[in-house]
Amino acid sequence: MSEDLAAGSARLAGWTEDELGVEGTVLPVVRAPDLVLSTRGADVDPTDPDIVQLAADLVATMRVSPGCVGLAANQVGVGVRLFCVDVTEHPKTRTRHGTFVLCNAEVVSASRNEKAREGCMSVPDFTGDVKRGSRVTVTGAIPGTGEQVTIATDAFEARALQHEIDHTDGLLFLDRVAGAHAIYPRQTYL
Amino acid sequence: MSTALHAVTVLGHDRPGIIAETTAGLAGLGLNIEDSTMTLLRGHFAMMLLCRGSADEGQIEAALAPLAAGGDLDIAVRPVLDEPGHAAGGSGWVLTVHGGDRPGIVSEVVGQVAELGGNITDLTTRLAGDLYLLVAELDVPAGVAPAALEAGIRAAAERVGVTATIRPVEADEL
Repeated sequence: MSEDLAAGSARLAGWTEDELGVEGTVLPVVRAPDLVLSTRGADVDPTDPDIVQLAADLVATMRVSPGCVGLAANQVGVGVRLFCVDVTEHPKTRTRHGTFVLCNAEVVSASRNEKAREGCMSVPDFTGDVKRGSRVTVTGAIPGTGEQVTIATDAFEARALQHEIDHTDGLLFLDRVAGAHAIYPRQTYL
Repeated sequence: MSTALHAVTVLGHDRPGIIAETTAGLAGLGLNIEDSTMTLLRGHFAMMLLCRGSADEGQIEAALAPLAAGGDLDIAVRPVLDEPGHAAGGSGWVLTVHGGDRPGIVSEVVGQVAELGGNITDLTTRLAGDLYLLVAELDVPAGVAPAALEAGIRAAAERVGVTATIRPVEADEL
């Protein structure tokens, strides 16, 4: 298993959106209470050209959105299980795999829960305290080639992956808050 | 529809069903609950809510009168105006104060916050045995240096013999 994890990590860390071979288009981000955010997305065929294009669009949209470290397909109004992540520049990041996109991703295991306050582009008026594993193992398929990879990561990248996988399952951070007084009005916008 | 906003407070002896009965009375008048908070203070029920709609205060009081019929719940209804939203530009902080119980802890510490122009947006205090605990969220104006804020609060806490820590609110955008 550890060899698989090392191979998965190396594959993902070496991935760039150039592999997709298509230009991404910036898409508008939808906001709650849009139903697409509360509905589990459909599993996708990672080799489908439409999915490859959507992967490029997600990366392009993430790139132009200030502070955005991840974006799921349902956040651009498409109810499928696909997201991109890039936490490289975030100060709370320890392990990093650069920019990547995963299809049909699942959390295999999560441990060492930590609470932190999260915000989301699709819920612009609130932040909330959410407890999530700070060490996770995640599996998913790479768009284009369809290779299945499994990686282990920690700290902020682990939180970002769980947040995005929740999106693909139709869950917002609002569904995970730590208690009745764990939601706050947002005071500053990026 | 009228845009009148009403504040409703319900205070008193706790029992199951208070929230259900209160909200049913408001829903029956077509009122929309826009904001609310409820907690138990030493086992006493305490709820405040803001609701909007065309009913007037008298109608709301009449609808909620059965709740207060037992004599152990106080209900108040009054009109309120829309307040402007949070002003951006400052910074958000979480303040924790704890120590041996004595009168004056809250006033000493929050007085220091007010002196620096800080605005408390959320506050909880609890007493368990001899341990007194205060947790607050503050908005601090842009011109106040974090070091001055921290030093002022620590000094205030020392004056009443408790410990205070303050840390910035950090919301991670995902």
